[in-house]
Amino acid sequence: MSKVIMTVDDSASVRQMVSFTLQGAGYQVIAAVDGRDALGKMNPGPVHLVITDLNMPNLDGVGLIRQLRADAKHKFLPIIMLTTESQVERKQEGKAAGATGWIVKPFKPEQLVAVVKKVLG
Amino acid sequence: MKDRHQETYKEEASELLTELEVALLELEQDPEDSDLIGRVFRALHTIKGSGAMFGFEDIASFTHEVETVFDLVRDGQIAVTKFLVDLGLAARDEIRAMLHGSSPEDEGNKAEIIAALRTLIPGQEVAAAQFPEPDPAPEEFTPAGAPVTYRIRFRPPADIFLTGTNPVHLLNELRQLGELQAVAQTEAIPGLAEINPEHCYTSWDIFLTTSLGLDAIADVFIFVADDSELDIQVIDDGSEAAGDYKKLGEILVARGELEPDHLDEVLAQRPLLGETLIQQGLLSCEQVQSALVEQQHVRTVQKKRQESKGAASIRVPSAKLDKLVDLVGELVTVQARLSQTAAGLQDADLLAIAEEVEQLTWELRDNALNIRMLPIGTIFTKFQRLVRDLSAELGREVDLLTSGADTELDKTVLERLNDPLVHLIRNSIDHGIELPEARVQAGKPRKGKLTLTARHSGAQVVIQVNDDGIGLDKDAIRSKAVALGWLAADTEIPEKELFAFIMAPGFSTAREITSVSGRGVGMDVVKRAIEALRGSIELDSRKGVGTTITIKLPLTLAIIEGLLVTIKDDFFVLPLAVVTECVELTREDVANSHGHNIANVRGEIVPYIPLRERFRIYGEPPAIEQIVITEMDSNRVGFIVDHVIGEQQTVIKSLGRIYHNVEGISGATILGDGTVALILDVPQLMQIEAAASKAAYFECN
Repeated sequence: MSKVIMTVDDSASVRQMVSFTLQGAGYQVIAAVDGRDALGKMNPGPVHLVITDLNMPNLDGVGLIRQLRADAKHKFLPIIMLTTESQVERKQEGKAAGATGWIVKPFKPEQLVAVVKKVLG
Repeated sequence: MKDRHQETYKEEASELLTELEVALLELEQDPEDSDLIGRVFRALHTIKGSGAMFGFEDIASFTHEVETVFDLVRDGQIAVTKFLVDLGLAARDEIRAMLHGSSPEDEGNKAEIIAALRTLIPGQEVAAAQFPEPDPAPEEFTPAGAPVTYRIRFRPPADIFLTGTNPVHLLNELRQLGELQAVAQTEAIPGLAEINPEHCYTSWDIFLTTSLGLDAIADVFIFVADDSELDIQVIDDGSEAAGDYKKLGEILVARGELEPDHLDEVLAQRPLLGETLIQQGLLSCEQVQSALVEQQHVRTVQKKRQESKGAASIRVPSAKLDKLVDLVGELVTVQARLSQTAAGLQDADLLAIAEEVEQLTWELRDNALNIRMLPIGTIFTKFQRLVRDLSAELGREVDLLTSGADTELDKTVLERLNDPLVHLIRNSIDHGIELPEARVQAGKPRKGKLTLTARHSGAQVVIQVNDDGIGLDKDAIRSKAVALGWLAADTEIPEKELFAFIMAPGFSTAREITSVSGRGVGMDVVKRAIEALRGSIELDSRKGVGTTITIKLPLTLAIIEGLLVTIKDDFFVLPLAVVTECVELTREDVANSHGHNIANVRGEIVPYIPLRERFRIYGEPPAIEQIVITEMDSNRVGFIVDHVIGEQQTVIKSLGRIYHNVEGISGATILGDGTVALILDVPQLMQIEAAASKAAYFECN
């Protein structure tokens, strides 16, 4: 069965691009518009990887990572954050919260697939 | 595809711009509201981030300037003023204009807004706008330079699992870079009582040989490099090997794990260094293990390098190789005798030895034959010149394209293939490809195309000569065949058989078909040469489009798989490649066919050649004879023999000068017991028989 990846982003175009790219690479994709929406969509699962933006309304990326890690079920879940070159501190915060890796925006579809393969093995 | 994403982006950006406008206006009323500042910042941030991804670089770089200011507003470094809100709104209008395609006069506006925004940034009025270029696409891995061997020591943090990282994925990713050996260091794993199953206690010593460079390795560890202990050292830089690689002790000293003094002390006592070190408690078993793996890994790398160097530089006179293959042939014969004798004696010890000798002989045979293989490209290159000269001489314009130049063939096959190929190429240029003017008139490119391809297909090599010339004239061939009396005027025959007439002896039609004279040897000579190489040749053509000649050849001439049969006391071998099946022939069957040499094989009529008669072997045949059915050029012909013995590795010997012209025999081989068996020339036997029956047919009529 193909692995399930959740893309969390408040930008519809990014969600669309991530979904399209990963579906093309053979993954199943669930989309969420912000951290709160993402937490709601984690069940029933399983979700094998979360790709989240950092700046989002309601619950931002770092908050989402913290809440996921606090749940024993998602302790070892790979989480990739989407950052921009100007967000060095936010990236550190995300790492401290337990992010697995990051992708710097803007990125190309091939780069996204490469990072997903790296993390999911 | 990209357009669809761009449309989505435009819609989304329009919404965000509305959101930006609303938030800015509210912010003017309530300048201290941090939620509102956050909304403004997020809207700008998303417009910028997504813009860069979907090809709106101008929007991204402009928005970046605005975002920078609002980032400072969020941090409280810039106060919200009417001026700021005005600028924000002006910027919003500008982004909207860019979204719908900006005009040149907008550039002035943009510059003004950016300049005004910069005045707001404390102490940074003159900083130039620097929006980083988007990351280039990941480059395809291109091996650069010689492979280098690295020692990578990777100790992940204990809590690595809690960041969702699986270290095994990293090892697998490294494995894709090159030759890898990893030794897990497990001494840090505590006893079961103290172990925390969510922690990672293992570290790895990894030995990797890759030509992709240090950056490719660092990339693998990019997400974990900050928190892990990672040490990457070059242990073999791919240059000339200077003697043997370091000894175990030297490796450990170089790693700083062992004091040189300790090493000397231990060395003085000797036996096995590694064992001693472990016994004395200086090192763990795994540390020594890791060093040993390193030693072995680098030695292997260096050995391979030397081997590849050596292989490239050996030159041997071909006569020596021919001699080697001859000797291997003798050996195969003797080995067959040994196996036969051992089987007869039923001695277990002798049988075991015979089997071993058999194994070794097969291996030696394959290797010896392989040495004589040459790429067909060696003769292809000669043809470039031939085509150039010929086309100049004949007023043609021809491009020669070749593919599969690295396809290998036995040297002797290759040598004897040269003349037939030259002939076919000459034919194609002389009679196939039209003059440039005629080509243009026919709506073809002025320059003709001649393609030579070679490829492997099972135990055969397939060579094709293809031209895009005038093609064969079926009607001309047909009328010629009818004129020669080879074909009844009203007979329908398949295209392939019609084209095959061209290759029959005595069918010189050059003048009639192409009205160009000067053809040297006919196609029958080519066919004969190819068949002498135990190959087959086939023609395919479409009038006005071109002609393709397909030649199929065995990989080697020296040794073939044969089917051993007997007639009276004599042994014969048929090449197994053409044999399709063996069936019985009883006296009754012969009686039922009323004097015709035909057999009914599952309802199909198959003509046969009684070899007993052909070779004038006298005496009574057994009550039940065997028909060995062969197939060549889609013709099935049976050969009647007394008994079929079985498959036989056949080392081909020539018959010598005196027997050179014996019809129907292509060579001989020596069997295990020293008996000589003759190898049947199946295509020639078929031809002789066809000619004889045709003569008989004309006599009767």
